[in-house]
Amino acid sequence: MAVAARGCGGVWRRAWQRGAGGPSPAPRGQRAVACNARGGAVPAGKSGLAPWEPVVGLEIHAQISSNSKLFSGSQVQFAAPPNSLVSFFDASLPGTLPVLNRRCVEAAVMTGLALNCSINKKSLFDRKHYFYADLPAGYQITQQRVPIAVNGSLSYSLCIDNKMSQMVTKTVRIKQIQLEQDSGKSLHDDTRSQTLVDLNRAGVGLMEVVMEPDMCCGEEAAAAVRELQLILQTLGSSQAVMAEGQLRVDANVSVHHPGEPYGVRTEVKNINSIRFLAKAVDYEIQRQIEELESGGTILNETRAFDSKLGCTVPMRDKEGKQDYRFMPEPNLPPLILYDAKSLPANMNHQQVVNIDLIHERLPDLPSVKRAKLVERYGILPEHSFTLLNEDGLTEFFENVVKQTQMKPKKVIGWILNDLLSYLKQHSLTVKESPVSSFLLADLLNLLEKKEISSTAAKQVLAELWKGEGKTPLEIVKEKKLELIQDQKELEQICQAVIDGQENEVMAIKAGNLKVLNKLIGLVQRETRGRSNPVVVKQLLEKKLSQ
Amino acid sequence: MRALRLGRWLQAGGLPVPPARAVLTAPGTSPAPVPPRPAWQHGEPRPTPQQKVTVEVLDHLEHLALVDFRDAEGVERLQKAIQFADQLRDVNTDGVEPMDSVLEDRCLYLRDDDVTEGNCTNELLKNAREKVEEYFVAPPGNIPLPKLEERETFLQSS
Repeated sequence: MAVAARGCGGVWRRAWQRGAGGPSPAPRGQRAVACNARGGAVPAGKSGLAPWEPVVGLEIHAQISSNSKLFSGSQVQFAAPPNSLVSFFDASLPGTLPVLNRRCVEAAVMTGLALNCSINKKSLFDRKHYFYADLPAGYQITQQRVPIAVNGSLSYSLCIDNKMSQMVTKTVRIKQIQLEQDSGKSLHDDTRSQTLVDLNRAGVGLMEVVMEPDMCCGEEAAAAVRELQLILQTLGSSQAVMAEGQLRVDANVSVHHPGEPYGVRTEVKNINSIRFLAKAVDYEIQRQIEELESGGTILNETRAFDSKLGCTVPMRDKEGKQDYRFMPEPNLPPLILYDAKSLPANMNHQQVVNIDLIHERLPDLPSVKRAKLVERYGILPEHSFTLLNEDGLTEFFENVVKQTQMKPKKVIGWILNDLLSYLKQHSLTVKESPVSSFLLADLLNLLEKKEISSTAAKQVLAELWKGEGKTPLEIVKEKKLELIQDQKELEQICQAVIDGQENEVMAIKAGNLKVLNKLIGLVQRETRGRSNPVVVKQLLEKKLSQ
Repeated sequence: MRALRLGRWLQAGGLPVPPARAVLTAPGTSPAPVPPRPAWQHGEPRPTPQQKVTVEVLDHLEHLALVDFRDAEGVERLQKAIQFADQLRDVNTDGVEPMDSVLEDRCLYLRDDDVTEGNCTNELLKNAREKVEEYFVAPPGNIPLPKLEERETFLQSS
C-alpha cells in the first residue's frame, strides 16, 4: 500500500495581506488559495510569518444503492410522497425489530475491497444516541466498535497549477467503512415556526467512509471525493448523485505550524457538491489562519457551509458537547462474513456473504480503466481522466474509434475539443448528444480520406449539431465543402493571393517564413476551407521560390 | 461463563467510576466468576463508601436525556438506581470476555433486498399529535435546555 505520497506536505502562508493594495479585498473564500501539490515547504516570504500546514480529513456518507432499506422492507426512492416509504420499524413503533438487508452488506464489502480495505469477518452494530425529530428511535444503528471494513487506501490524481498535463497521484488512507442508517428529513418552516418531518429517508442504508487526515487543501479533498464517487458508481454500490444527497461530505479541518502538534479542528458538515467542498475547505483553512494570526483561538465546533455567501458559519443547532452514549445494539447479533476457506459446508447460501466471491466479481476500477485506455489507444493519461469523468464518454470514444480509420490519438481531439466543449456549452450529457458516435465516425472518415479539410469538417459538425438527420456526406454535398481536387484551380487561387499580398511576399522572401501561414490562411478563406493546407503550402512555396 | 455488561451506560453517561473494585475471592484461590454467597444485598449499607451524584453530572444527564429530576426525591431515586446497578461492579469479571447480548452466538439473519413494507402513511400519521399534509409536525429544531444558571430548577439550590 502506497502511503508515500500521502498528504502534499505543502505549506501554506497567508495568501494575501489584509488591506494590502487593492481597495476592496475579495471576500473570503473567493481568493485563490493554491495548494502546493508538488510537496515541500514554501520558503519564508517577505511577510516573515511562520508558514501554516493545513490538515484535512473527510467523512463521507454514501447512500447504498438498494431496493429496500437497511433494516426494513420499505422502498428506497428519491422524491416520493412524504412518509409513503415508511414501515413501522422506520417509524420506531414498539415491538419492531431490525432485519438486515443482504444487498447492503454486499455493497459495503464490495466498496471495502475496492478501497483496499481489510474486511472484518465479524463486525458489530452499535446504537448512537441523540435527540432529533427526524430520528424517531432516539438512536441510530451504526458500527462504532468493529466496522465492516478497515485500513484501506484511495489513490486519486489532481493537476498542478491547473495544467492538465501535470498530474500528480496521491493516496489517502481509509480508516474504516461502517454500515449505518440514514435519518429522516426535516423541513424547517421558519414563518410558522415549525418543522415538517418526512421519514422516507429514515433507515436507508449508508456506508460511512472515514478518511484519515492525509489531505491539505480543498482541491485535494475534492479530487479524492470525485475518485471515490467514480469508484462507487463503477461498483454500483452507490449511485453517489450528490444533488440527491446520495453522497454527503463532512470535512475536518485544522492548521498548525510544521513540526508542531495538530491544531484544534472544526468540522464542516453536510457539504453536498464537490465544488462546494473545495471552497468550504479552503475557506475554513483561511479563516483559521486569520483567526490564529490575529491572536484568536479555534473552537472545536461544527460549522455549515453557506454556498450563497461562500463561507462557513457555526451551527447553532448542535451546540454543546456531544455525548452519543454508544452501546451495543442488543437486537442484532454480530455480522459474520465468510471467505472460501471459512465457508461452512451445509449453510443456506442465501445467508452467506462470501468475500472471495465478491472480490472475484469486482469490475475494473476507474484507475484500471484509465490505464487500459492509455495502453490500448495510445492517448495521454490526462485524456483518459477526462474520458472517465463524463458518464458515457469512454463508450462514445470507443465506438467512434471502432467505426473510423482515423487513429485514436486524433479521434480523442475531436471528442474532447469539439464534442465535449459543445455538450458543456449546451449543458448536455453524452447520451443527449445530437451527434451520435456513428455520425461523428462518418465525418472523421471523410476527413481521413482527405475528401474534406478539417476546417470543412468543423463546418459539417456545426450542421450536424442541429440534429436535422442529415448525414455528413449530404451536408458536404449540399454546402459544396469537398476539397478542391482540381490542381489548376487551386494554383490559380494561390497565384491570386500571392499577387494581392506584396508586403507579405517580400517578408517571406526576406526569410520570415512564418508569414507563409498568413497566405495559407488567405487561400483557405478564398476556398472556404475547401483546400488541403498541406497542398496549399507546397504550391505557395513552389511559386514563391520561382 | 460470561458477564453481561450492563454497567456500561454508567460509564458512558459520564458518571465517576468507583475507585476500586471489591475483590470477593480469597487471595490465592482462582477467581470464581460468581461469588458463592451474596456479599451484599440491596438496602444494606454499601461496603465501599458510595459517591454522591454531583450537580454537574445531574445537569449533564438532564441535558442528554431531556428529563427533569425535579426535586430531592427524584435525585434520590436516581441515586438508588445507580446504587442498584453498581452492584454489578462487585462481580469479578477479570478475564471474562464481555457479552453484548444473549443472542450473540446466533446467526444474524439476512433478508433479500425486496420491498415488502411501507405505503401506510395514514396509519402512521394517526400517531401524530400534529400533522401538515403527509408530514409529521415537530417544534422548530432542537430546543436545548438552557444553561444551569439560566433555568429554574431544583438543582440550583442544591
